[in-house]
Parts: sequence; C-alpha cells; structure tokens
Amino acid sequence: MTTHPQMYEGIFNKSTIRFLTVLIVVALAVPLLNALDSSNPLHVSTYTMTLMGKYLCYALLAVAVDLVWGYLGILSLGHAAFFALGGYAMGMYLMRQIGDRGVYGDPLLPDFMVFLNWQELPWFWYGFDQFWFAALMIVLVPGLLAFVFGWLAFRSRVTGVYLSIITQALTYALLLAFFRNEMGFGGNNGLTDFKDILGFDLQSDATRMALYVASAIALGLGYIACRMIVTSRLGRVAVAIRDAEARTRFIGYKVENVKLFIFVVSAVLAGVAGALYVPQVGIINPSEFSPLNSIELVVWVALGGRATLYGAVVGAVAVNYAKTYLTAAMPEIWLFSLGAMFVLVTLFLPKGVMGILQRERPDNDDSDGNNLDNGNDLDNCGVKA
Amino acid sequence: MRLIEEFQHRDKVFDFMMPNTSPALDVGQGYLLYLEDISVSFDGFKAINKLNLYINEGELRCIIGPNGAGKTTMMDIITGKTRPDEGSAWFGQKINLLEMSEPEIAQAGIGRKFQKPTVFEQQTVFANLELAMTGPKGVFTTLMAKLSSSQLDHIDHVLGQIGLKQQRNLLAGALSHGQKQWLEIGMLLMQNPKLLLVDEPVAGMTHQEMDRTGELLTSLAGEHTVILVEHDMDFVRSLANQVTVLHQGSVLAEGTMDQVQSDDKVVQVYLGE
Repeated sequence: MTTHPQMYEGIFNKSTIRFLTVLIVVALAVPLLNALDSSNPLHVSTYTMTLMGKYLCYALLAVAVDLVWGYLGILSLGHAAFFALGGYAMGMYLMRQIGDRGVYGDPLLPDFMVFLNWQELPWFWYGFDQFWFAALMIVLVPGLLAFVFGWLAFRSRVTGVYLSIITQALTYALLLAFFRNEMGFGGNNGLTDFKDILGFDLQSDATRMALYVASAIALGLGYIACRMIVTSRLGRVAVAIRDAEARTRFIGYKVENVKLFIFVVSAVLAGVAGALYVPQVGIINPSEFSPLNSIELVVWVALGGRATLYGAVVGAVAVNYAKTYLTAAMPEIWLFSLGAMFVLVTLFLPKGVMGILQRERPDNDDSDGNNLDNGNDLDNCGVKA
Repeated sequence: MRLIEEFQHRDKVFDFMMPNTSPALDVGQGYLLYLEDISVSFDGFKAINKLNLYINEGELRCIIGPNGAGKTTMMDIITGKTRPDEGSAWFGQKINLLEMSEPEIAQAGIGRKFQKPTVFEQQTVFANLELAMTGPKGVFTTLMAKLSSSQLDHIDHVLGQIGLKQQRNLLAGALSHGQKQWLEIGMLLMQNPKLLLVDEPVAGMTHQEMDRTGELLTSLAGEHTVILVEHDMDFVRSLANQVTVLHQGSVLAEGTMDQVQSDDKVVQVYLGE
C-alpha cells in the first residue's frame, strides 16, 4: 500500500501549542509582576491578579460549553448551573473552614444556620470539613446532575431548541430552590465571609497567587482534556451527531451514550471552574444560577468562535474584560452592548472573532485549501499524537 | 428500565415473555430477511398493510411503486426507525428486528442509504468512511480507537470502489451530488453489512453517474444482499433483477421486470388506466 498522508490533527496542533504557551507565560508572568514592589511601574496589583484568575475560571467554563455546543451541537443554556454547583461545593468547604470564627462563634454551624435557629448541621453538610470530600463533590455533584438530566433528555431524543429550553428550566429551578432558606445553602445571601482554604488565609497575596496559578493549571488541563476528546474518533462522532444525528445512529453509534458522556465531562469541567471561582470572588449565591448567566456564557463562545476551544477562551476573556470596564465606566450601556455583540457576531461573524483571524492567516499547508472543518486547522500532526 | 418501558405497551405481548433468540445470524433457510404480515398505520392511514416480503441471501431486489406505496416506511421498519403495529420482521432465522434499536440493527448487519444523500459534510471523505467502519462502537472504545493499517487499507479499498480516491481529504460537503451518493454507498460498504437498503440512489444523477451507480450496485450483489427502492424504471430495468411492486402498503406483484410490466394490476395502478 502507498504511504498514507497523515489524516487528522493531533492533540497538540499549532493552535493548541500556541494557546498553551500564552497560558503558561500569563500564568507565570502575572504572579512574578505581582511580587514586584508596588512602586515599580510593571507591578500588577493583587486585585488585577484575582480579576484575571476569575477570567481564567470563566475561560474554563467557556471551554466546557464549547465542547458541548461547538462539537456536539447541544446548545446548553444551563451550564452556569453546573458552575454554580461546583462553586457551592467549594463554598460549603470554605464555610466549614471558618469554624468558630463566625459572627456567632458557633464551632459547628455556619452563621446563617445559627441565625435561622437551627440546632444541628443538616446531613448534606457532613464531610465538607474535609477538603478531599469537597473536591470529590465538586466533580460528583455537577457530573451526577448532568448524568441524570442528560440520561432522561437524550434518551427521549429531546434536541435543538427544546433541549435548550429545558436546560434553562433546569438552572431556573435550581435558582428558585437555592433561594429558599430551608434548602440549607444560605438562601438569598448564599455563602460568604470565607476565611481560609486548606489552612491558608484567603486574603493573603500568596494564597491569591496560588489560586490564580491553580486556575491557570485547571484551564490548561481542561483544555488538553477537551482536545483529547475532540481529536479522538469520538470527537469525530460528536461532530457527526451535530451535523446528521439520524445518520450517525444508522451507522451503529448509540448517540445517546456519546452525548451523555460528553455532556457529563463538560459539566464536570464547569463544576471545577466554579469551585476555583468561589474562593477568588469570596462569595457564592443563587444569582449564579440565573438563566441570564448561562446565556451570557453562550455569547462568550459565539463571540470567540465555536468549535475551536481557544475561541471560547478568547471570547470569555474579551467579553468579561469589556464587562469589567463598561460596568465601571458606563454601567447603563453594558447590557445593550452585550446584546449588540451577540447580534452582530451572529449576523456578521458566524465563526466568531477567531473566524476572521483564520480567514486572514490560513495556517495549514494542505494544498486543496478545503479545510473548512469548522475552523479547525488540520495540521499534519499524525493520525493520533 | 427496558422492562418498565415494555409494561407501558399494554397492547402487545411483552418482548421478554417471548422465547429469547440468539444474536448470531443464521441464514440456513436461505432467506435473509422475512417480513410477515406487517401493518403500520399513522393516524388511521394504513401506510403498510399486511406486507409480506422475503429476500434471499445475495439477491439484488428492486422495489418499485407509486408515491405513498409504503416503500420508505418499509425501510423504516427494517432499520428500527418505525415499529409496526403488528407482524414480524426477522433478519436471518434468529434476529428479531422488532425488538432492537437503530444502532443495534445497524451493528447486526443492516446498512441503510437514505433518499437524500446524508454524509457528514463538515468532515473529510476519509473521516466519513472511518466513522462508518464496522467494529465496536461503544463510547470508550471510540474514544480510544486507533486506525490499524489493515483498517486503513480497507478504507483505501472502498475509496477505490466508489471512485473517490482523489477526494479522500476533501470535505464531504464539497463533493458533487453524485459523489455524495457514492460516498454514502461507500459508508455502507465500510459497515460491511449483510443487507444493504438503498433508497433512490440515482435521483438527480446524470446518465453517466447512473451507469456507474448501476455497476457499483451490481458488483455489490452476491457478496451483500441489496434492496433497492427506485422510481427510475430504466435504471431498474438495466439492473435486470427480481422486482417487487408495492401498492397501498402491500405487495402487488413480484417477478422480473418484464413479467411485472405486463401484469394488468400493475399497469392499472402505475399508468392509471
């Protein structure tokens, strides 16, 4: 047989290497610049570093959404729910870490429970004084919810806008539930007033730096995990499901199982992002479940460019930077500009910002010039790297 | 879960009460596909009415019939997309098609080509064939799957059969209509099915393309069993095989093209005389 030209891009194609390089540089540079003396013009304040840590968490969330939306074609409008659940699991651990340093000084019960006159810790708060348990729950709770939800939805063959609507309902139901004091998650106010994580003071620069670096590492690993999925044959099956679901079924793939697997992986990534987000912003409350959040994060992905993964990161960082800037400078126009961005991107940039860059600089050397593969550059990097 | 679902269908004998059958394909009696007394109705309209159809192994059977005769519904039943109200459908002696899902039927060896060419347009011709390739298709096996060199050769072989060697790295969406039809037939070949269901493969093709498709289908019969649904009479005649005429959901006539065309009933429904 003739030699086979390499068919598929590997996990570490050009764009991934470029992305990881930028991520490593940013992850190292910001803490180093933060360590500089504050009189130095290059000094990065702890506030900025924490803000960037927050963006990194959002970026991981956006990557998770891109995995299910860009590659599998499931427009989830409820992904913020998994993010918030991961955040709550981390928040519960941080609450238990407060110990007797709360306002009421109860050694066991968090402040809001004392305030509600509760006598003992609800059963679902047991174990959260242990970090390993909380870490397990951060993965397990969003994963399990996604599994049950996906199992029911996908086997009933709910697709398209109907699925989007029920994911909205899911996050809205959770929003309403978490607002209730009886639920035992702090109701309206959520969980806050955190002191320590793993025994380190959350307010100290060193802890903030560690959290920032941890977010960067989580984003990098999450990104690589997604690349592993999308470059595998399973990733090609996912794209097949996105483009022609019935056909995929008739060539023998159990579409439900593929969807379920990728949906659960995505939910777990979202949960991890939420867990890293909470200690950096210092609070988790039910508003994180608000349907608007989920829609906003779909805008990030659409703006950056779907089915590229790095587009999601760029979109998340760009929109959130704009949000930070605009909500401070011109708070009244933020929502209008968010809406305008979504409309303009949908109309003029169906492949997002990354789509323009690709058009200008086609970075593949395939002679037939037909690598429209939804923005994926087919680098010649081996059948499987 | 499956059990619970079955209890919900109170109108039929529960599948688990039936004697269980072995999944191995056995064509000892010669028939590869039996459809017996199949009926299905949609909102009172009988799409299929007591249909009986027997297909021999290695046969190329053409199915013709006017619009609404139930040709596509019949394919839907065989591939598990539609469940009939009554009747039985067996693949070989031992595989009961009525209790299997679409992917299970596909894995058992029945491939289907749709009326409208459906290929994965955003992926290369090569990837289309790779995805269709026979083999275990579970989530984790697919996640870890690597192409072996014999599989690569198989794909290359099929690329040659369908005449798309030059286009292997082209996106399927960039192919012409006829090429897409061939790619879809190629995907069926990758599945290596015992039975191929082909729905109007030459609709919209040029004469040259039709000739090539005809050759392709004839070369497939023997090794595979082919059921061909077609409107184009000249094309069916050129394949010169057993023809079944469907009308109002049941078989009207069966035989060679000439026998069928001289049949009075057929002339009546077809030409409206």
